[in-house]
Amino acid sequence: MPACPPAILNLADVAAAFIDPTRESQAVFRKVMDAVARPGTIQDLAFAPDAPQGLDRAAGAVALTLFDFETPVWLDPALRGGTAEGWMRFHCGCPLTDDPVKAAFALITDALAAPELAAFNQGDAKYPDRSTTLVVQLPALDGGPRVTLTGPGIRSEASLALAGLPNGFWEQAQANQAKFQFGVDLIFVAADRLTALPRSTRVTIQGN
Amino acid sequence: MNARPNEPERYYNYAYLDEQTKRMIRRSILKALAIPGYQVPFGSREMPVPYGWGTGGIQLTAAIIGPDDVYKCIDQGADDTTNAVSIRRFFAQVADVAVTEDTGEATIIQTRHRIPEQPLKAGQVLVFQVPQPEPLRGLEARETETRAMHAYEEYGLQYVSLYESVATYGRIASTVGYPTMVDERYLMSPSPIPKFDNPKMGDNEAILLFGAGREKRIYAVPPHTTVRSLDFEDYPFETQTWDENCALCGAQDSYLDEVVLDDTGARMFVCSDSHFCADRRAAGHVGPMADHQLAALETEPT
Repeated sequence: MPACPPAILNLADVAAAFIDPTRESQAVFRKVMDAVARPGTIQDLAFAPDAPQGLDRAAGAVALTLFDFETPVWLDPALRGGTAEGWMRFHCGCPLTDDPVKAAFALITDALAAPELAAFNQGDAKYPDRSTTLVVQLPALDGGPRVTLTGPGIRSEASLALAGLPNGFWEQAQANQAKFQFGVDLIFVAADRLTALPRSTRVTIQGN
Repeated sequence: MNARPNEPERYYNYAYLDEQTKRMIRRSILKALAIPGYQVPFGSREMPVPYGWGTGGIQLTAAIIGPDDVYKCIDQGADDTTNAVSIRRFFAQVADVAVTEDTGEATIIQTRHRIPEQPLKAGQVLVFQVPQPEPLRGLEARETETRAMHAYEEYGLQYVSLYESVATYGRIASTVGYPTMVDERYLMSPSPIPKFDNPKMGDNEAILLFGAGREKRIYAVPPHTTVRSLDFEDYPFETQTWDENCALCGAQDSYLDEVVLDDTGARMFVCSDSHFCADRRAAGHVGPMADHQLAALETEPT
């Protein structure tokens, strides 16, 4: 008699997610929609449930709201095999992919070690919506080098000072915008807070 | 947010659509906002009204609406038309939202054929019901071709069409669905709003979402985005004007509907935006036919 195979997922280890998925995912989505529609604004997701180890509350909320069986997710190696992966697979049911080009979403918790923006799916000329959306978890959404933002969603100009991004990131963001309609879209999260940088936003790096 | 006291028992999900459909539509909305004016394909669902009755707008509203929203629905500018009343009652029933006819009070305004006269503000979402999202469809029937034209920004055919209108009529004759360029990249149909409303799309405070249910497309204009109505230097874009004022409220600057009153040719011009007109009358503005019986029809019979 072969022994029972080991359980793939021990449900006792999977933390809870939304208590009321309908209402909470709607509330989270409206925050994300406002962030994408108004680049540079910071949204507060303190009402979302706790996320498992390695994920901030806002990152977990975005995953629960947008990921499902239709969206292959590129998961940061730092999260692979951990409680966060099991939590996401259970609650979102999303397939994981190692290939950044196949990813509908990328969930990045170690921005310094992550692939460059150009490594992810840039979209098709006729279907630019097929590009990857990156969810990037940072130590803080302020205190970093300041950049100025202009473009759709911004009245005259906005600014961001994200902390914890690798050197040369904003040059990558400029290159990402320069090849519009191609390009990835970014959602930045830190603790309970969230902001977004769609590919349409034009970035000016200050201090050079 | 956890408990749902007093929620009525029902046999379908909150806001009618199932959660997976909402997620799919929400993802499409985010991509639409990131690529202003670009038509994102989406898996449009069967709705409890036929295609052509606003299923695109209804699905967009269902994907974004929550119990804290205040919902307004207009058709040709009016809150009291059959389609608007039906859709408003639908969301009051399936989404437990407060409904209003007050443009300033609403957080989500669903519309067919008009943008309200009262300027929108930050925090509001305007949801358009779109019959035909493709501005080039009348010039090129094949979706494969129009998609390539958008991909390579190949919009010469649209300008030829406007030129032919000038050559035939001496002016750009298009009055509704007048083509626009969004953020100087994507050619976009503003849906069948009168060109009178085109200037309101650019640099708007609100988020503009467009849904075409039968054609299965979602597109968007974020706040403060450049939206340019196409024209020529010597034939600049112009909006409609009227010699008459609104017969009920006397407004000189609103979009007017012509209403035929009898079979002897009597007619009146009234604001198409019913809330705008009622607000003005409540504030004491009086038009030349203010006593007409149509003035009593401003509120929904209870």
